[in-house]
Amino acid sequence: MSTEQDLRAVVISVLTNVAPDVDPTAIDPDAELLEQLDIDSMDFLNIVVEINSRTGIEIPERDYPKLSTLNDAVNYLAHAQAQVAG
Amino acid sequence: MPSLGADMEAGTVLEWYVKPGDTVKRGDIVALVDTSKAEIEVEIFEDGVIDELLVPVGERVPVGTVLATLHPVRAEPLVAVAVSPPVEVPAAVGAPARLAAPPPPVMRVPAAPATHRPRVSPLARRAAEELGVELSAITGSGPNGAITKADVERASSPGARAAAPDAPLLPPEPVDRQAAMREAIGALMARSKREIPHYYLQLEIDLSGAIEWLHEENLRRPVNDRLLPSALLLSAVARALVEMPEMNGFWIDGQFRAGPGIHLGVAVSLRGGGLIAPALHDADQKSLGEIMAGVRDLVQRARAGRLRSSEMSDPTITVTNLGDRGVDLVHGVIYPPQVALVGFGAVRERPWAAEGMLGVRPTVLATLAADHRASDGHAGGRFLTLINRQLQKPENL
Repeated sequence: MSTEQDLRAVVISVLTNVAPDVDPTAIDPDAELLEQLDIDSMDFLNIVVEINSRTGIEIPERDYPKLSTLNDAVNYLAHAQAQVAG
Repeated sequence: MPSLGADMEAGTVLEWYVKPGDTVKRGDIVALVDTSKAEIEVEIFEDGVIDELLVPVGERVPVGTVLATLHPVRAEPLVAVAVSPPVEVPAAVGAPARLAAPPPPVMRVPAAPATHRPRVSPLARRAAEELGVELSAITGSGPNGAITKADVERASSPGARAAAPDAPLLPPEPVDRQAAMREAIGALMARSKREIPHYYLQLEIDLSGAIEWLHEENLRRPVNDRLLPSALLLSAVARALVEMPEMNGFWIDGQFRAGPGIHLGVAVSLRGGGLIAPALHDADQKSLGEIMAGVRDLVQRARAGRLRSSEMSDPTITVTNLGDRGVDLVHGVIYPPQVALVGFGAVRERPWAAEGMLGVRPTVLATLAADHRASDGHAGGRFLTLINRQLQKPENL
């Protein structure tokens, strides 16, 4: 089971893969990712696919809005992981 | 050097993936070429055996330059290959303008063209590129007549240039790709607005059925195969085009030429600015899953700068999905020599009146920019109506 720190590292790594020009330390954890990183729905889908392949966590389409910021995404993944484990 | 889009004037060979004596098949990737917009993988369009590579790595040559010669598999005559069917070249370039007529890619040349190519040291080649010196105009002073860096520097001095006014000098390769791309887009769009009498239509399309269908469909699909609304929109355009061939093709030499297939140019914005619209081939014959996979692949390769020559040169219409960035409506500029561009705004909930009642539904504003030389508003309106009809039956897309 990954710690929240691990999950955050995974998300940041996935985000910077999709948006390579973004400085990972400059990401505001509470700002909307789509706007902040200038990504579109295709990028977002790639992020979801990549998170799934790295963590095994399945993110259904209806939950996409729950991953709108970096903090939200990390919280969502920690929660989803706990549910699977529990 | 193939024309990889109407806005391309010259290209630099970055890498050869084949060498003389290699057997190649139509569609094989033989070279990597740098245009002002991206690095493009050049496919060969003829089976054969590579005879000679005429343009060395690092050399920038105008569109239309023969890159390599090829021995056909069956016969002996030597064939010069432009490596891809030439599309249209902007006339202003100085290179002879060519047309996209049914691919006449293979030109016969007398056997043994014996093109003399100078030997050039890598250092000299780099210097030539930096200084904008045409290597073929230089006489080498090195061993076996090889061109040295000193020769290049001598040739680039103002006196030497004045003395050789006939040397076909190309401008030095632009270093700043951002600026070069801006310039290329600007030149092409200015030409579009100057030459093409655009007309514009728009239609608001109810997507409630399509979006609901999409959500249900995505529940059944593994995350890697999930569909985006843009796949439905692209499929609807492709299927509508089957019935509207006058929107799918090119305006060349004062007349309309129908496209050889339905190849949607999918507008992809590049990170850091710029835009590229590579082709999703035969989109009318693809399933939604195939369209989705194709677009994902195109977007990924466009952003990584790894598109193929056929994708760059042959879209028959452009589709832009700028709504993904939140705008309601896009009035597109047609990509010459195409005759139409379909734009989609954001899919969002909007008030919708039906049967005397006001409700809220997800809708999209679809727009058409079309060339009035090739069609009229009546046909354009029918096209948008057909796209709407396709979107009302998502299960058939």
